[in-house]
Amino acid sequence: MNTAAFALIAIFTITFALAAATNPRLMHAALSFAVMYIGIAAFFFLLGAEFVGLVQVFVYVGAVAVLIVFTILLTRRDVGERHEFKWGGVAVAIAVFVGLVWAILKTTSIAVAPPVAKALTVKQVGEALMVSYVWPLLCVGVLLTAALIGALILVMEDKPS
Amino acid sequence: MRVSVEAVDQVFLHLKQWLLSFLVGHVPDWVVQVASSLLNIGTVLGVFLTLFALISVLERKILGRMQNRYGPNRVGPCGLFQPVADGIKMLIKEDIVPDRADKVVHFLAPILIAAAAILALGVIPYGRNMTPFVIDGGILFFFAVGSTTELAVFMAGWGSNNKFSLLGAMRAIAQMISYELPLIITVLPVVMVVGSLNPDKIVFAQKYYYFGFLPHWFVLTPWGATAFILFFVSGLVESNRTPFDVPEGESEIVAGHMTEYSGFKYATFFMAEYLGMFAVSGLAVTLFLGGWHAPLPWLRFIPSFVWFFAKLSVLLFVFIWIRGTLPRIRVDQMMNLAWKFMLPMAFTCLVSAAVWYYNGRRVAGWLWSFAIIAVVYVILSLFLDTRRKFAPRTYRFAE
Repeated sequence: MNTAAFALIAIFTITFALAAATNPRLMHAALSFAVMYIGIAAFFFLLGAEFVGLVQVFVYVGAVAVLIVFTILLTRRDVGERHEFKWGGVAVAIAVFVGLVWAILKTTSIAVAPPVAKALTVKQVGEALMVSYVWPLLCVGVLLTAALIGALILVMEDKPS
Repeated sequence: MRVSVEAVDQVFLHLKQWLLSFLVGHVPDWVVQVASSLLNIGTVLGVFLTLFALISVLERKILGRMQNRYGPNRVGPCGLFQPVADGIKMLIKEDIVPDRADKVVHFLAPILIAAAAILALGVIPYGRNMTPFVIDGGILFFFAVGSTTELAVFMAGWGSNNKFSLLGAMRAIAQMISYELPLIITVLPVVMVVGSLNPDKIVFAQKYYYFGFLPHWFVLTPWGATAFILFFVSGLVESNRTPFDVPEGESEIVAGHMTEYSGFKYATFFMAEYLGMFAVSGLAVTLFLGGWHAPLPWLRFIPSFVWFFAKLSVLLFVFIWIRGTLPRIRVDQMMNLAWKFMLPMAFTCLVSAAVWYYNGRRVAGWLWSFAIIAVVYVILSLFLDTRRKFAPRTYRFAE
């Protein structure tokens, strides 16, 4: 049952990932990208990590995809035109893939049998974030605040003197 | 034969088990599970589509009453069959797709928007043991699904290839993103106090009564009342209702992202808007108004789902009442309200709820949390200087 579900979700995700990479129309590619994120969220659901799956949908479909779509709309004049497939991107993708495979194969923790995963509740996620990993969380918060202030300064209008 | 209160309360649950009992033993277990889910989905769809039909005619009747006219009164008794006539009209209308439209995106947008609204309805507890889709992070699910609406609105605006559509979609997304922040932050104090994202647990946390008659609803605490008002206003914006219906302001941009939709696709948008309104009201009932609990302990003999839908109807009436009362506000006023007032107040609710919680839910905590909210409110209203905000608008033009 799980294998079948995995195969179905994998086909779904890869189809939309390929569509996002190869679709000549920019906006369709961006929307396929958003659908691909839903496939990835489905993987998390399959693994029993509801919280991560929901956050995946929330952040990537609700925020990042909207951001991408807006970026395309506000910066490009040739949105409606067809774009040719760029082989340079394939090279970059293969380089990243090889790098990831190399890193995964080098880690020692995979060789050990995985511990039996318990159902992760939201409470545990909260405790992990606020107790064990509170410093990384705060650092990310400061970084995001800095980015927000930077963005505000960039778009601030000069007061006419 | 005397029917117990318990049996009436659980009547739908027993009905479902009775229907499923025909299947058990004859088919594999997973078929029973699928059938159970399908029954849940069918019930949610049936109930809310009926409610949609009912509320669309009631809204016109109530608005008519408020504006000193009759409203629909021709089809059926008191015009009650008006939705049937409307439905038939929408179905037999020609479906026009603009020639230069992005056909696929144009077609998918209404489907996606309706799907998101229906999914959000799935996690709300409608009565004792009556949550269609039980999930540990139910509140998060609600907002995760709701956040995909923005993409659907964009698809509608972009796919139509029309400047009114695109402008309307831009406005809609801008206001939805701005008000999603206060909407979610006002939910946080409830989640924090209950310690769970599960809607059922949030309802259970509100089941006791102070002094034997005052319910434990969160709306009766200072932070809860503030959060409820902020949540309700954000809900008005998220469902594009007056006075925040700027994205479809007909005097400015025709019908916003729905300009190029006709016939049943337009009806789908309309339906999604109402279903979104039901979902937000349902969540407000769950979070702040005690869910399906009775307001007084001696009224507990009335079934839980009756209480839920009674509270839902009150909120829906307020939605309609506001529509009949307030004019549409400007985009800049709306953004000012979101970022300069709603957001700081939402954060104040969070602090105030923490103070209330650590004072052990006693009178002292109640007063302290009230004081915090009052001080921030006064400071904000002095600081924002509303007199200047309502002066004539200064126009800026691109050089």
